[in-house]
Amino acid sequence: MDKQGFWDDKRHIHWLVISLIIVSAILFLLDFVLHPHHHSDWENWPGFYAVFGFVATVVLALVARYVFRPLLSRKEDYYDN
Amino acid sequence: MTINFLSPALIFIVAAVLIPFFKGPLRNVVMLAVPILSLGSILGLPAGDYAVYSFMNVDLVFGHVDALSRIFAIIFHIISFISIIYMLKIGKGLEFSSAFFYAGAAFGVLFAGDLLSFFVFWELLTIGSIGLILSGQSKRAFGAAYRYVLMHGIGGLILFAGVVMHWIETGSIAVAQMSLTGFGGWLIFIGLGINAAWPLLHSWLSDAYPEASIAGTVILSAFTTKVAVYALARMFPGTELLIWIGMIMAIFPLIYAVIENDLRRVLAYALINQLGFMMVGIGIGTELAINGVAALAFNHILYKSVYFMSVGAVMYRTGSAKATDLGGLYKRMPLTTLFCIVASLSSFPLFGGFVTKSLVQSAALYGHEYLAWFVLLFATAGVFLVAGIKVPYFAFFSKDAGHEVEEAPRSMLIAMGLGSALCLLLGLFPQYLYKMLPYSVYYEPYTLAHVLAQLQLLAFSGLAFALLVLAGLYPSEKRAINLDIDLIYRKGFSAINQGIAWIANGLNSQADRMIHQKLVSAVANFSKNGVPTLLSRGLSLIWIGTGMPESTRKKYYRLLDKRILLGSLPVAIIVVVAMLYFVLLYTL
Repeated sequence: MDKQGFWDDKRHIHWLVISLIIVSAILFLLDFVLHPHHHSDWENWPGFYAVFGFVATVVLALVARYVFRPLLSRKEDYYDN
Repeated sequence: MTINFLSPALIFIVAAVLIPFFKGPLRNVVMLAVPILSLGSILGLPAGDYAVYSFMNVDLVFGHVDALSRIFAIIFHIISFISIIYMLKIGKGLEFSSAFFYAGAAFGVLFAGDLLSFFVFWELLTIGSIGLILSGQSKRAFGAAYRYVLMHGIGGLILFAGVVMHWIETGSIAVAQMSLTGFGGWLIFIGLGINAAWPLLHSWLSDAYPEASIAGTVILSAFTTKVAVYALARMFPGTELLIWIGMIMAIFPLIYAVIENDLRRVLAYALINQLGFMMVGIGIGTELAINGVAALAFNHILYKSVYFMSVGAVMYRTGSAKATDLGGLYKRMPLTTLFCIVASLSSFPLFGGFVTKSLVQSAALYGHEYLAWFVLLFATAGVFLVAGIKVPYFAFFSKDAGHEVEEAPRSMLIAMGLGSALCLLLGLFPQYLYKMLPYSVYYEPYTLAHVLAQLQLLAFSGLAFALLVLAGLYPSEKRAINLDIDLIYRKGFSAINQGIAWIANGLNSQADRMIHQKLVSAVANFSKNGVPTLLSRGLSLIWIGTGMPESTRKKYYRLLDKRILLGSLPVAIIVVVAMLYFVLLYTL
């Protein structure tokens, strides 16, 4: 129960989040440095994939939470009665 | 034909029958030898039709081998081998036989060159899966198995009707490319679609897979739907409708997966999402797209099985696969955690998903299916959120649920390790996979643009998740179930039952009140009092008319009353009526 794990230390979680932010920022900026050549026009907009990934995830999580969970969620024994 | 073809279907089904007669280590050796020997028997086989038998003027082909059936057969053998290792310790009773029978049926479908044997093996596949679902041995498992039989029974009937009509329409019974011009083609299309878990036809999957036994779910996740993918890729490539079906499948299950608590059900929904990618690929139908479908299916079977195996291991140790019951297991089950993370990294460069999913994505772009391309990109980010992050996060990290458990048993770890290693090997050496694909198409997954784009997409998806969790906006674990289309036949049928009962019982009691209580007594009353009253009234009119004196009339009344009370009058009336009837009958 009280086995202390690596992630029980709050500082480690902070480092993880901060490094994730740094890595994301670097990946975002690489678009402006490397000018990767894509097949379609919109893919060549700098930061397209980064923005798309972020927005898609937020939209999915929030729509599921605020629109669909109230509609679909029932008690666990809903079908048992 | 000089080459001997030993059908893997036959090998596996015979093994299913024989396995109960073996015990202990010998049984394990036999079980592990079966997939290896079976794979060896088909690997070197050149394309062609083997094991052709003429039956009532129809050619039954049990060994239709080409690049498409071969690549599916290879991955099915690999996953059979891995699953058997996984279940060595936990398998019970007929679970092993069910697994072999089920896999054998899947091989039968793969190598069927005619629609009749195709149909027979298709049905055997359902029987095998029932065995695996029932191995869940709970009331829920029995219910799910029952609903599974109903759904696939209907699917089988539709498929069979389609096969017969197609046969009549075209005169051909070969498993070959078809079109949706005839009614038979449509019925076959829909019959296959039920096994492919199309939207509205999908709920057998999310209903039954999470209720099967731990090993059963791993095996089920590999075969039924991928057999349908194979069949659709063979019979309906380039059917545009499939692009639309696939796009819906790629999106809607993600919403369920976000809010679902049972992690095996989360994975089941994520599985439907991946089938959506494959449907889009089949719908596009170009050589690149069909290659993409086969490659996706190959990789998907591998990493999805690692997912189901790791969640299964957690369930084996803790007794639950629900996010609300789990968390913090990375301390107790580090290797299981590692394997689950390997599965979740699938779409990163160096892993199998990266080198396979992009084939379908590129096919969409080259085929100018831009909407499909956008939808699949959204689905890539979405499935990374719900399977890639959510499953490992809630099972192994998140809040420590305090389970003091051991690491998974050794056989499970070996199976998960094998699966994970193969996921990584696919990503590192994609050319070996590409060589097995149905068409020879040159494709280079590791371009700067592609690697960077995928890393950006996934990193920002992960970042969004982290920020949502920190802000308390991510949907928390909640003990609940979510309504899906199975509501219609789980609650709907009972609601229809209740509705019919309400109408029928209402009619019944109303009829009881009106007929039994009121009408019968009214008829009885009328026959007792009504007839004599009418009679006496009528007679008295005649008597008065004939000028009968009152005293005589009273005498006759008394006589009449007496006759009526004795009951002789009604009898006499009936006799008179009967006589009149016969007279009429003979005179007319």
